[in-house]
Amino acid sequence: MPSGVASADEIQVAVAANFTAPMQKIAEEFERETGHKPLLAFGTVGKFYAQIRSGAPFEALVSSDQDTPDKLARDGLAVADTRYTYAIGKLVLWSVAPGLVDSKGDVLKNGAFQHLALANPKLAVYGAAGQEVLKKLGVWDAVQSKIVLAENITQSYQFVASGNAEIGFVALSQIIGPGGKIEKGSAWTPPADLYPPIEQDVILLSRGKGRAAALALVNYLKTDKARAIIRAYGYQL
Amino acid sequence: MPTAEDFAAIWLTLKLATMVTALLLLLGTPIAWWLARTKSWLKGPVGAVVALPLVLPPTVIGFYMLLAMGPYGPLGKLTSLLGLQALPFTFQGIVIASVCYSMPFVVQPIQNAFEAIGERPLEAAATLRASPLDAFFTIALPLARPGFVTAAIIGFAHTIGEFGVVLMIGGNIPNKTRLVSVQIYDHVEAMDYTRAHWLAGGMLIFSFLVLLGLYTRRKEKGDV
Repeated sequence: MPSGVASADEIQVAVAANFTAPMQKIAEEFERETGHKPLLAFGTVGKFYAQIRSGAPFEALVSSDQDTPDKLARDGLAVADTRYTYAIGKLVLWSVAPGLVDSKGDVLKNGAFQHLALANPKLAVYGAAGQEVLKKLGVWDAVQSKIVLAENITQSYQFVASGNAEIGFVALSQIIGPGGKIEKGSAWTPPADLYPPIEQDVILLSRGKGRAAALALVNYLKTDKARAIIRAYGYQL
Repeated sequence: MPTAEDFAAIWLTLKLATMVTALLLLLGTPIAWWLARTKSWLKGPVGAVVALPLVLPPTVIGFYMLLAMGPYGPLGKLTSLLGLQALPFTFQGIVIASVCYSMPFVVQPIQNAFEAIGERPLEAAATLRASPLDAFFTIALPLARPGFVTAAIIGFAHTIGEFGVVLMIGGNIPNKTRLVSVQIYDHVEAMDYTRAHWLAGGMLIFSFLVLLGLYTRRKEKGDV
């Protein structure tokens, strides 16, 4: 087959767990428009960092933070000037039980729960954000014995969705319905001043350098079509 | 150097493996005895259920345990009916999960040892008017002793190496469910490779020594 601009390529992409659902839709759109097929791997950025350092064949990283793309660029494993913020994540305190989480988050203070699921603050930005909310509310020490740590935001969702943790912090993108509202259980969205903004960056990795399709995907997250999908999942832009 | 948290994880892991091994020897022996002796058609299905953890990915076991132990699952409903604490995110929970998960590693060596004894010593005991229980304790158990030692060592070592199931139902709680394997995973994910090396290297040496002991012993004694 002749290789040219029009030939279809496969692109290996590492995607932060919280961005799973929107990225699948964006990848579909991208493939329809360009013919290039993104192959998506989902997980925590810490794991991706370790894998990329060890030569994993990823060409782009859709991260959940800014630190990891930064670090990769410094290590010479990513192309610094391709980096930009594609979304700002939103944190939600959620329960499958209707009425358990009130509209002000007072449930955290009155302690009407046994387990509070939180992604490990050391590993996940959403976990760090949840920790910040608990500290700002002055309940961090009081809820210590009730915290169950998840490895990432997907597992935090799993703990809450299965009912094992009565409440827990998840990403809005995980529970938002097609109408842009949370349709199951009860939830509280902490105001933005309770935690630092979750700025999520995308970056082209060294493996994708000089590959037009990979760069096109990185920049595709800026297009109106992608931004509409990102917004529909509750992210800010 | 390993920190206090790392030592807490090591201590918890040893505690878990000891309890699980003791429970499995108690529970596994009658199961192994029955499997070795029975002519029932149930032998196949029961043996298959016991062996399931050998082939199932830990994610499958962890996923179903999380659902079964949760408030909407059968086990979860049972514990709440009995007024007991729910099992996920507790030490008891990972003990039960580990017992299921390590079951074949204990039952199978014991079963093999029982089968190797054959009918004759027990028939001889019966002609001497030993009750079946008597024959079990004075003939079968001593003869199967090497199988028990193998079972205990592998059961212990396998429980120490457990990761996937505990990760899914444990909730990573210090002194309750944060085992060494989980702690290593956290260190790696947090890019703290120095601490990861201490624990991971320790696990490697420990596992090698256990297996070395097991295989050297086998060679000397010609065990099953």
